[in-house]
Formats: sequence, C-alpha cells, structure tokens
Amino acid sequence: MNMSSAVASSPRLRWRNPSVLPGFGLTLGFTLFYLSVVVLVPLTALLLKPWTLGWDGVVSVVTEPRVLHALKLSFGGAAIAAIVNAVFGLLLAWTLVRYEFPLKRFVDALIDLPFALPTAVAGIALSALYAENGWVGGPLSGLGLKIAYTPLGVIVALIFIGLPFVVRTLEPVLADMSLDAEEAASTLGATRFQILRRVVLPALVPALITGTTLAFARAVGEYGSVIFIAGNLPMKSEIAPLLIIIKLQQFDYAGAAAIGLVMLLASFLIILALNLLQSAFAARR
Amino acid sequence: MRRPTEDSFFTRAALIAVTVGYVGLFLLLPLLIVFFSALEQGISAAFAALKDADAQYAIRLTLITAAIAVPLNAIFGICAAWAVAKYDFRGKSILTALIDLPFSVSPVISGLIYVLVFGMQGWLGPWLRDHDIKIVFALPGIVLATMFVTFPFVARELIPLMSDQGRDEEEAAVTLGASGFQMFLRVTLPNIKWGLLYGVLLCNARAMGEFGAVSVVSGHIRGLTDTMPLHVEVLYNDYQYVAAFAVASLLALLAIVTLILKSLLEWRYADEIAAVHRH
Amino acid sequence: MKKLHALVAAAALLVSGAAQAANVTLLNVSYDPTRELYKNVNAAFVAEWKAKTGDSLTINQSHGGSGSQARAVIDGLDADVVTLALAYDIDAIAQKAQLLPANWQKRLPDNSTPYTSTIVFLVRKGNPWKIKDWGDLVKPGVHVITPNPKTSGGARWAYLAAWAYAEKKPGGNAAAAKAFVREVYKHVPVLDSGARGSTITFTKRGIGDVLLSWENEAHLALQENPGQFEIVYPSSSILAEPPVALVDKNVDRHGTRKVAEAYLQFLYTRKAQEIEAQNFYRPRDKAVLAAHAKDFPEIKLYTIDDLFGGWTKAQATHFADGGVFDQIYKPGK
Repeated sequence: MNMSSAVASSPRLRWRNPSVLPGFGLTLGFTLFYLSVVVLVPLTALLLKPWTLGWDGVVSVVTEPRVLHALKLSFGGAAIAAIVNAVFGLLLAWTLVRYEFPLKRFVDALIDLPFALPTAVAGIALSALYAENGWVGGPLSGLGLKIAYTPLGVIVALIFIGLPFVVRTLEPVLADMSLDAEEAASTLGATRFQILRRVVLPALVPALITGTTLAFARAVGEYGSVIFIAGNLPMKSEIAPLLIIIKLQQFDYAGAAAIGLVMLLASFLIILALNLLQSAFAARR
Repeated sequence: MRRPTEDSFFTRAALIAVTVGYVGLFLLLPLLIVFFSALEQGISAAFAALKDADAQYAIRLTLITAAIAVPLNAIFGICAAWAVAKYDFRGKSILTALIDLPFSVSPVISGLIYVLVFGMQGWLGPWLRDHDIKIVFALPGIVLATMFVTFPFVARELIPLMSDQGRDEEEAAVTLGASGFQMFLRVTLPNIKWGLLYGVLLCNARAMGEFGAVSVVSGHIRGLTDTMPLHVEVLYNDYQYVAAFAVASLLALLAIVTLILKSLLEWRYADEIAAVHRH
Repeated sequence: MKKLHALVAAAALLVSGAAQAANVTLLNVSYDPTRELYKNVNAAFVAEWKAKTGDSLTINQSHGGSGSQARAVIDGLDADVVTLALAYDIDAIAQKAQLLPANWQKRLPDNSTPYTSTIVFLVRKGNPWKIKDWGDLVKPGVHVITPNPKTSGGARWAYLAAWAYAEKKPGGNAAAAKAFVREVYKHVPVLDSGARGSTITFTKRGIGDVLLSWENEAHLALQENPGQFEIVYPSSSILAEPPVALVDKNVDRHGTRKVAEAYLQFLYTRKAQEIEAQNFYRPRDKAVLAAHAKDFPEIKLYTIDDLFGGWTKAQATHFADGGVFDQIYKPGK
C-alpha cells in the first residue's frame, strides 16, 4: 500500500500528481467506501423513488399550490433568516473580535449553542418563549406583534440555528486582518466610514458569503426546532419538511421523496451559485 | 486621541449593546428557559425524572449511539482529510462537495433514505427480515442516521488544517525511512490532534442531540429505541413538563460542557486550530 | 464421573425450568393519547398472565401519531399488536404490507374496538365565548384549536363530527356541511401534528378559545390543570372507534400468537373495561358504562359507517391528497 503499488499502477493513476507520501490508495479507498455506504447509496434511493410516479406524477406533486407554498416558505424563510444573520453576524463578529467588554468570553462561547443544543429542545424552548404567554411573546403581543405560530416564528427558529455559521466564519478572517491597510487609508485622509466600506468590507465579503450560505443550507431543511413554533397552517405557516412527513403518513413514499428531491436539488443549486459568487469575490481581491 | 482604526466610544457601546442584546434574546433566553422550567418544582423533582428507568435507558442509548457513530466519523474524517489534503488528484473538488452534502440534507430526509433502503418496503427489507437482521427501528438504524447527520464534521475541520500544514514534514519522515504508520503516528497525528479533538467535540454534540433524522428511524419504543432527544418529546407529550425539561437540561448541560471545552481548546491551542477557521 | 452427571442433570433441570417460566415480550404499537391507558392495562395483564402461566411478560409500548405508527409497522416496526386511532390505518397495514388479513376487523367483537370515544369541546373556565354547540365555533373572533387531519387520527374524527353536525341539522346537506367545515378551519390558527400537541398549545401556550379534543384527552387536561378549563358536550358528535388488531405475520415469527391474542381479549374483560373507563374511554361493557355514567353523558353519536360509508371511502373523499380537506385550503375559494 505504499510507493511500490503507487508506481506499479501509475499509468492508471495519471489523474493524480505523484507523491512520495504513502496511504493514498488506502485513505481514498476508505473515504469512497464510507461515503458510498453512509451517504451515496441511501441518497440514490431518494433519487430513484419519485420516478415510480412517472415524470408527470412528480411534476404534479411538486407544483401543487400547497407544496409550492411550503417550499417558498422553507426557502424564503431560510433566505430571510440567513440575511438577518449576515447583518447581525457581521456586527457580532466585529464586536467580538475588535472590542473588549466584560463577559466577552461568555458571549462568544454562547454563539455555538445552536450547534450543540438538540433541535427539539430548541423548538420547545423557543415556542415557550415566543408564545403569547411567554417571556418575549407576551410583551411583543402587547405591541400587536405575533411571533409563535406565524411565519415569523419559522424565521425566528431559523435565525437561531443559523447564527453561529456566519459569526464563526467571519471571526477568524477579522482576527487575521492586519490593521495596516486601515491605518494607511486613514493617513491618506479617508473617513472611518470610507475605510469600512472600501477596505474592511471587501476583505470580508467572501467569508460573509460562505457563512451566509452555510446558515442558509442548514435552515432550508430544518424540522425539529421549527415544528413547535410554526403553527403549521397549510398555505400559511407550513414548511416543506413537514409536508414530507405528512406525505409519509399517508403512505405516499414517492410523493415524499419527490419533495425531498426538489429540496435537495434547489438547495444544491443555490449553494453552488453562492459558492461561485464567493470564489469570484475571492479572486477579485 | 484614539487611533484611526479604533471606533468612537459611541459606536463601540452601540455595537456591544446590539451584540449582547442579540445573543441574549436569541441564544441565552432559550437556554435559560430550559433550566428554569426543569427546576419549576424544585431540584429533587428534576433529579427524580433523570432516575426514571426509561430516562436512564434513553441516556444509555444516546451514549452508545455516539460511541459508535463519532469514532467512525472521526476515522473517516482523518482518511478523507489525508486523501484530500495531501494529494492532488482529479475530482477532488467533487469529493469535498460530496463530503459536505449531508450538511444540506434535511434531517427528515436523512432518516427517510435509510427507511427507503432498509425498510420492509425498501430495497433490502425483506432479505434482512428473512435473515433476522434488524436495521431500521433498532440500534443500527439510529446509528446510521446519526452518522449521516454528523458525517462532515470531523472531515470539515481537518481538511483545511491539513492542507495548510502542507506535506513537507511527512515527506521528510518518509524520506528518512519511516513507515506509513510511523509517519502518521509521529508526525501527522501530533500536528492535527487539537483540530481532531475539536471536530470530534462538535460531531459528538450534534450526534447526541439529533432529533429529526433519528425520529424517522427509531420506532419510538419506550425503553428500547428512544434516545434522549426523543425521550424529551415523549415526556413533553406525557404532560410531564418538568421531567421533559429535566432531560432537556441534561442535553443543554452537555451543550454547555461542549462549549466550555471548545472555548478552552480555542484559547489554549488557537494557532493549531486557527486554520480551521480560515476556510 | 458421577459428579459430572449430576452437574449435567442440574443444568438440564435449570434450562428446562427456564423454558417453563419463559420471558415473553410483546410490542404494542399505539397512538398518542393512549399512553396512560396502556400503562395501566399492561400492568394488569402482566400480573394476570404471570398468575395464569407463570411466564414473565414484558409489554413494550410505542406511541406516536396514528398514521406514522402505521407507517412504521409497514416499514418493519415489529409490532405484535396494533392499537390505533382509526380502522383506516390498520387497513393500510393489511393492504400495503399484508401483515394481517383484510377482514381483521371482524375477528374481535364490536368491530375490534373494545372501547370507544368521541370528540368534545374543551373551553376556558367560565366558557367566556358561550360555546355550546358546533355552530358556536364559527362565531366571529372565536379561535378553534384542533390538530392536522392529515397527520392526526383524532383530528379526522373531529372533522367528521363537525361535518356530521352540519349535514344532519335541519335543512343541512353535503354542500352546507362542506361550507361549514371550511368556515370552522378558517377559525383555526394552529394545526399541530398530533392530538397532544394541540392540547399543549391550548392549555400551556394559551392559544385559542376552544379545543376540539378526544373525550379522554379533555378529561386528562381537566385533571392536569384543575380549575382552568371546562368540558362542553355538543348536541351531537361522532362515535370514534379506535380499533385493536393482532399483527399475524409478526406474532407467528415471534411465536407470541397465544399471548397476543389473550392480551387483546383481555381488553374486553370486566377488569380491563373498568380501567378503560377510569381512563375516560367509553367501555363497551354495559354494566361498567352504567357505573361511570356521570363521566360519559349521552349525546347523539353518528357512526362513520352510516354517514360516511366507512373509513376507506371517508379517507378518499375527505383526507386524501386533493380531497375535501385540501380544497378547504385552496386559495381564492
């Protein structure tokens, strides 16, 4: 499994540059095997299942108004939550990297909470908080703003689970950024606002896009934390993963898989587009 | 006079206020309400809920699941990172994209795919039943679903780290006559150990807390296939709010321990895992 | 040598002894609101079985939405018996997985339903909206809480009860019933996926003015939250029959047919009927029912066979994709 085998098979392995390091075959082999068993083969089942309905069947499932609306809510809600997180994540990352204040370490550590807190627990906690008799929902409903059991509730839950992605991708970039460029710009007479807009922000954009993409990707398919706070009304606050569950309970596997397939494809395309955008920005710098 | 790269006092105060407010509203309050509800009837009621046989079993099942899924994903993460970071080959970007794939799959779908493969109406179900092998609605299915949702965690941490470190050290070791295993043990592992630990930590937290995917493949048999997050839902639906939140606070405590360990790692070994954050 | 013989004999005795007092396990796959019921029933049956046969019986319980439980059994969840919210879900197991014969409902007395239930209203203390009957649900400003009929068995019974009221009231017909049901669902602000979810939304989150609830759920909610709620019996409702069945292929594979059959028959005994009544399920046994008459006021109960032509038809007309329930939520109508 080391050099001799790599050399022996080198004509067939022209697709890789030669290396003296051992273990390529072993590690890549295991990677591919494990990837196939855990991810690819089961996902193939998802790809194949809907077609038992035929092309027309799949199209009619996913163009049903209720399904379209749920998809719109899942993708739209995830997008809004990702944008909110992009704005606030940027502010948070800036504050946590550039400023000193009491309890900073504690606040910084809390950012990761949504990674670690089980989604069902988050869902129960959020719905208890934002219901009309909750700590936050009470005062807000006094102002005429209802959060729990409306599409707003969906967005709140998605903001919760997406926040760490933006902050955690921005923080290291901000920490690495040298102050020289800012100082130079200032010496040349730029105002603080001009510096932020022309010097700081452009350097952050690629990481900001990456973080926002991750937050979006995580939010699109989210189920556990949303379901408790959404209200789940058809054509109003029903998310796409719930429709998958509903289809399953009607023993409609193909229909469930069809919605799953559309979600997978759509989020993949969006993530791909955002990745291209990100590398375009990264290249321009 | 303040330096040109420093913001005015007003800006700083405002941003710090926004940060603390946002984190408080979206992160701290949900955490507090979990503990608050668990202790509504005093600490002994909360402890009694954790001593319940079904709760104990759920805790054990969650630990077993994580004990299988996390090491497997860690081994996979090391292999994948080695192959991706230390060699140049065609299709590398596709491979990394595929490794990230489970991340963008809805948890509901993550459970569903195993039912489609191993369920009685699926590809292998009837064969498995004839041979008396249980996958879905038993431990293997729960482990598989957990592996799927935590699949990329370790690999994602290690790939950028190992790419950053380059291959000079390993090449030197091999040139000096080290075997592959020696090289890995003496050179690679010490270089990546903190990044690895960091990935394992995140992977473990997610593995113990997964709800959506596991709930599709579990079968919800009390004391047999209910994991801790599922048990929280069961108790919640049983009108046992205090008990539900008691188990939930155990999970929240786990989250907090994870966060503390993670902060310690970051603080102590910032340089060695810094590359992780640079991607 | 003698010693060895003795040892072997002792071992053989031990083994055969173990075989005599076997450890038997049953899995009962049930729906959400029966948690408390089966906790009590199982304890009683395990004791009785132990006394009768000497076997130690363990009954495992799985609870969830009726439809998702049926799906789990179809997908291979190893249920020995199923005790679900409605016959349609067990029909699905018979049809899609052929785990039990299609005529399963004829195998036990009373349509294989040892206990029945119905749909009642739970309102807040003092009944501030003066909700007395189905017609009051559509008063302007009233918010109705009920789960999603697509995912909850209880919600389907509630939907059918509302329909039955509107169709059977003087001057009522199918078109009026459809319009009425649509109006009711316009007053629903949250559709939880299960009966328990709805009860929690209503009682703990303080949402809504009336909960359409299983009769037993309503009684439980009263017990859990003393002094906060009242039960209102409408003029008519539906006879909800949650059936039980043996899963033949699974019990034969496990070798548990005898004990599983005995378990289901036990549900019809005086002792079990008493437990069911205590858990606010209406017992079939006339004497037990009479003893608990104050918990079960007599109201007009329509049956699904009379009014809707059985579950298969009701499911296809009302709850399948594109059925009446979906049409209710079509925009612009």
